[in-house]
Amino acid sequence: MKWRRVIIYAVLSVLAIAFLVPLGIVVLNSLRSTQEIAATSLIAWPRHLTLANYGQAWNQFCMAEHCWGIQPYMLNSLTLVIPATIFSTLLGALAGYSIALWRFRGDQVIFALVTLGVFLPEQMKLIPWVVVLRDLSLMNTISGLILIHTIQGMSFTTLFCRNYYVGVPQDLLKAARIDGAGFFRIFWRIILPLSPPILIVTVIFQFTGIWNEFLYGVTFTSGGQQPVTAALIALTAAITAEPLYGEQNAAVLIAALPPLLIYLFGGRYFMSGLTSGAVK
Amino acid sequence: MAALSVRGLSKRFARLEVLKGIDLDIDSGEFTVLVGPSGCGKSTLLNIVAGLERPSAGTIEIGGRIVNDVEPKDRDIAMVFQSYALYPSMTVRQNITFGMECRHIPKAEQDAALANVARLLQIEQLLARKPSQLSGGQRQRVAMGRALVRNPLLFLFDEPLSNLDAQLRVEMRMEIKRLHQRIGATIVYVTHDQIEAMTMATRIAVMHKGEVQQFADPDTIYRYPANLFVARFMGAPPMNTVPARLMVENGAPLAVIGAGRPDEIRLRLQGYDKAAAFRDKDVVLGIRPECIAESGRVFATTPDAPVVISAPVDMIEPTGAETIVSLRLGGEPALARISPDIRPEPGALAAFALDTRRICLFDPATERLIA
Repeated sequence: MKWRRVIIYAVLSVLAIAFLVPLGIVVLNSLRSTQEIAATSLIAWPRHLTLANYGQAWNQFCMAEHCWGIQPYMLNSLTLVIPATIFSTLLGALAGYSIALWRFRGDQVIFALVTLGVFLPEQMKLIPWVVVLRDLSLMNTISGLILIHTIQGMSFTTLFCRNYYVGVPQDLLKAARIDGAGFFRIFWRIILPLSPPILIVTVIFQFTGIWNEFLYGVTFTSGGQQPVTAALIALTAAITAEPLYGEQNAAVLIAALPPLLIYLFGGRYFMSGLTSGAVK
Repeated sequence: MAALSVRGLSKRFARLEVLKGIDLDIDSGEFTVLVGPSGCGKSTLLNIVAGLERPSAGTIEIGGRIVNDVEPKDRDIAMVFQSYALYPSMTVRQNITFGMECRHIPKAEQDAALANVARLLQIEQLLARKPSQLSGGQRQRVAMGRALVRNPLLFLFDEPLSNLDAQLRVEMRMEIKRLHQRIGATIVYVTHDQIEAMTMATRIAVMHKGEVQQFADPDTIYRYPANLFVARFMGAPPMNTVPARLMVENGAPLAVIGAGRPDEIRLRLQGYDKAAAFRDKDVVLGIRPECIAESGRVFATTPDAPVVISAPVDMIEPTGAETIVSLRLGGEPALARISPDIRPEPGALAAFALDTRRICLFDPATERLIA
């Protein structure tokens, strides 16, 4: 009994370390000067701690012909991720509410088609999106990416919300209909106030998903329009005499910060929201 | 005036026929209970009256107006649900006024109506609470308040007491009945509990397999059940129904249970003229358990001595208020309700007095009441 416990802890610890090592190396390197890294090794304990890399990475670091750091790309990502998260979550909630609580002709077929979107690989959708963005003149714009992520996010958000709303008793809707409330009033006044647990889940899911998304960013934007994940690729392509390891690691950490913060502050709700039933 | 008229109403889901040609006329001020086992179609009927489901055929008339194509909110009805269906995120006050808010009724009028209903139901101190902070009985009151505040032509209750514990159920039963007497509302009330039906209704519609088996006042339903289903469904314990043979002795009808057996029981019947056509034929004899009592019991104002028989006892169930006895009537199982302090010995013979005036006779083929 005791031994079994020891083995379990040992295995879990090894796995946890394996997962955390890359993060640890990036954090340590972001705190070392590039000279120090060049003089020793990529994997080493810092001799002198410095925060200079962060300032450099934020607004001085040179990437893709511009020397303004990752600051503008961070801004691009935020102007992309915030509206796309809000739109896809609200539309998903509305769609999930319709599918879960109202019967209409073909509702099950529509639900099946929407959830199919969850399983379609992204690269399959690249060419259709090229056509759509070109025809809407949204190529190389943040608005174009907002459109893509709103539409594509709806498969997930609809599925999440629908599965939550099927737990809402039908009697609530009947009572509201007799009271004289229509489709949107019922959604706004009765269903939405019940939704925070699932909305938190979808917001976290959408925010991290859209923030970390890379393929559409590099495909549809270039230069100063790129979200930070796409811009970071330029880091590895920085053609200078020596690689700027310190700044690169700091930039990567800054870019990873928003989803990390979301996880730290919202992770608790994410876990409970996924497992909680709807309404008692 | 008929508050509710249902004509030739039927409902089918795919191939399943849930309601088969329902006709009901309910007068203003009546307390009508739709009662039946689960799956009999009573809740579907109520939902169709409310406009929450569409009938496959037939018409619904509320207050003289055909409402088939009228939205639930415009039917002048209010509904109370088994699950209470209170809006979880709203306070009691908002729950009650939500309907008026949807109808854009002026705030002052809303407040007056709310105050009125809160006083009537004694829920004034609960108005600021959320449904999750209320007990089952309080939720039930709020649900009724939400219906009452509408002051509708028709109240629809869908098993409103089924989620309450036994004691509270009895209290709320009386309270709803008192409320009905006080405000004179027209109520259609769905339940599977025949005691609720008997105690509250002015008229009962017993439903089974999508049809109304009988629609009458509680006394008629109990005394003259239209068929064997009604006889066995209403009353607890239910009516004893045993096969018997109808004969004639000295010009008077005679029912024989277990004919030819050594313990056959011969019961002389009086005033069963309608049964003449069944002379020398098999019938089903129905006798309520309270019509079989300990020997020596005098049934009401019977001028002549009651019929006394001797029958073997299978088992007894003392309930405190009475003793329920399982016995054999001419070999057929039956229940008797006897005085609580009499405990016949199981396995032995005991003497029972029978009230033969209240026997029902049914046609074994059609299962309908003969007399």
